[in-house]
Amino acid sequence: MIEQFITSFIASSAFGIIFNAPVKTLFKCGFVGMVGWMVYIGLYEYTLDSVFATLIASFFIAIISQFFAKAYKTPMIIFNVSGIIPLVPGGLAYDAMRRVVENDYNAAIPLAAKAFMISGAIAIGLVLSEVINQIIRKASLRKMVQ
Amino acid sequence: MENKQNQTFEIIEVCLLAGKIMLRSGAETYRVEDTMTRIAAAYGILHSHSYVTPTGIIFSIDSHNPTKLVRIIDRSTDLQKVAKVNSVSRLISSGELSVQEAYGHLKEIEHDAHAYPIWIQIAAASIASGCFLIMFQGDWTDFLPALIAGGIGFSCLIYIHQLVEIKFFAEFLASFIIGLIAVLFVVLSLGTELDKIIIASVMPLVPGLLITNAVRDLMAGHLVSGISKGAEAFLTAFAIGAGVAVVFSFY
Repeated sequence: MIEQFITSFIASSAFGIIFNAPVKTLFKCGFVGMVGWMVYIGLYEYTLDSVFATLIASFFIAIISQFFAKAYKTPMIIFNVSGIIPLVPGGLAYDAMRRVVENDYNAAIPLAAKAFMISGAIAIGLVLSEVINQIIRKASLRKMVQ
Repeated sequence: MENKQNQTFEIIEVCLLAGKIMLRSGAETYRVEDTMTRIAAAYGILHSHSYVTPTGIIFSIDSHNPTKLVRIIDRSTDLQKVAKVNSVSRLISSGELSVQEAYGHLKEIEHDAHAYPIWIQIAAASIASGCFLIMFQGDWTDFLPALIAGGIGFSCLIYIHQLVEIKFFAEFLASFIIGLIAVLFVVLSLGTELDKIIIASVMPLVPGLLITNAVRDLMAGHLVSGISKGAEAFLTAFAIGAGVAVVFSFY
C-alpha cells in the first residue's frame, strides 16, 4: 500500500515535468495524483468496478485542483492534468490497439469500449465538480437576492 | 478614427496571440475562447466571437472590423505557458497592462523554451515508467527493465520527432524500440512479465490525456474539437499498438 502511495506521487510529478508544469507546482501535482490514485485503488478493491472508481477518483481530483487553483491563483488545468494521469486508460487503449493490429477483433472491442467508458468517467467526474460548484454559487446568490 | 482602427487591430492581435499560445500548449478549447473574450472585453470590445478548433482559431469583432484567422500546426502540452498566459490575461482584466505591453509579454512567452532540460525530461519519463509498473501491480524485479525501456523509448520519441516531422511515425518507431527492449529483457530473463513492462514503458507516449480532453470537449458542446482530438488520440494509440505488434510478430 505504501509503495502505491509513493509511486503514484512520483509518477504524477514526473508527468508534471514532462508537461512543463512550473517548478513550484510539481509537489502539488504529485499530491493531487496520489489522492486520486488512492481513492481509485480503495474503491476498486471494494467494489471491483473500475468505471465507478474512476468517476469518484476524478471527482476528488477536480475538487482538490479547484481548491489549489484558487489558493495559488494558477489555472486549474495544471493540477488536474497531472492528477488524472494515473487514471487515464492509456494501457487499455494501447492493449485494444494491439489486439486490433493482431487481427484479434473480438478481444479488441470490449477493451476499446472499456477505455472509452473510463475516459468518459474521468470527464464526467471533472465536470461534475464544476457543476456542483456552480449550483452552490447560484443557490447562495438567489438566497441573497431574496 | 484612423487611430481607433489601429487600436482595434492591435487588440485583435493580442487576443489571437494569447489564444494561439494557449491552444498550442494544450489548454482546453472552452478556456481559449473564454480568455480571448475576456481580453477583448477588458479592452472595451464587448461583442467578440471566437471559433476555436485544435487546428485553427477564427476571431471576429462585430461591426466593420476584419475577421482574422490563425493556423495551429503543432500541439503539445506545456503547462507553464498556459499558466503565464493566464497571469497576463489576469493583469489585462485588472487594467494593469496596455495593449502594446501585453503583446510584448505574450511574444516573450511564445518564445519561452521548455523549463526543464531534456535529460531531466527523459529521467522523469523513465522514473514514471518504473512507477507505473508498480502501480499496475507489477513485480519489483521488473522495475529496472521498465525504467530503462521507458527512458530509451521517450528519448527515441524526442530524437525521431526532430528528424521527421510526422508525429505518428516517431511514435511508431519509439514503441517499436520499447517492444524490442522489453522482449530482450525477458529473453535474457532479466524481466518476467512482458505485458506489464511494455504497458508501463509506453505510458509516457500514450494519448490518455487527449482521449479525456476529447470527451470533455464533446460534453462541453465543442463537437468539432472533440471529434478531431479523438481522431488524433486514435491515430497515436494505433501507432503505438502497431509498433509493439511488429515486435510481437517476430517474437
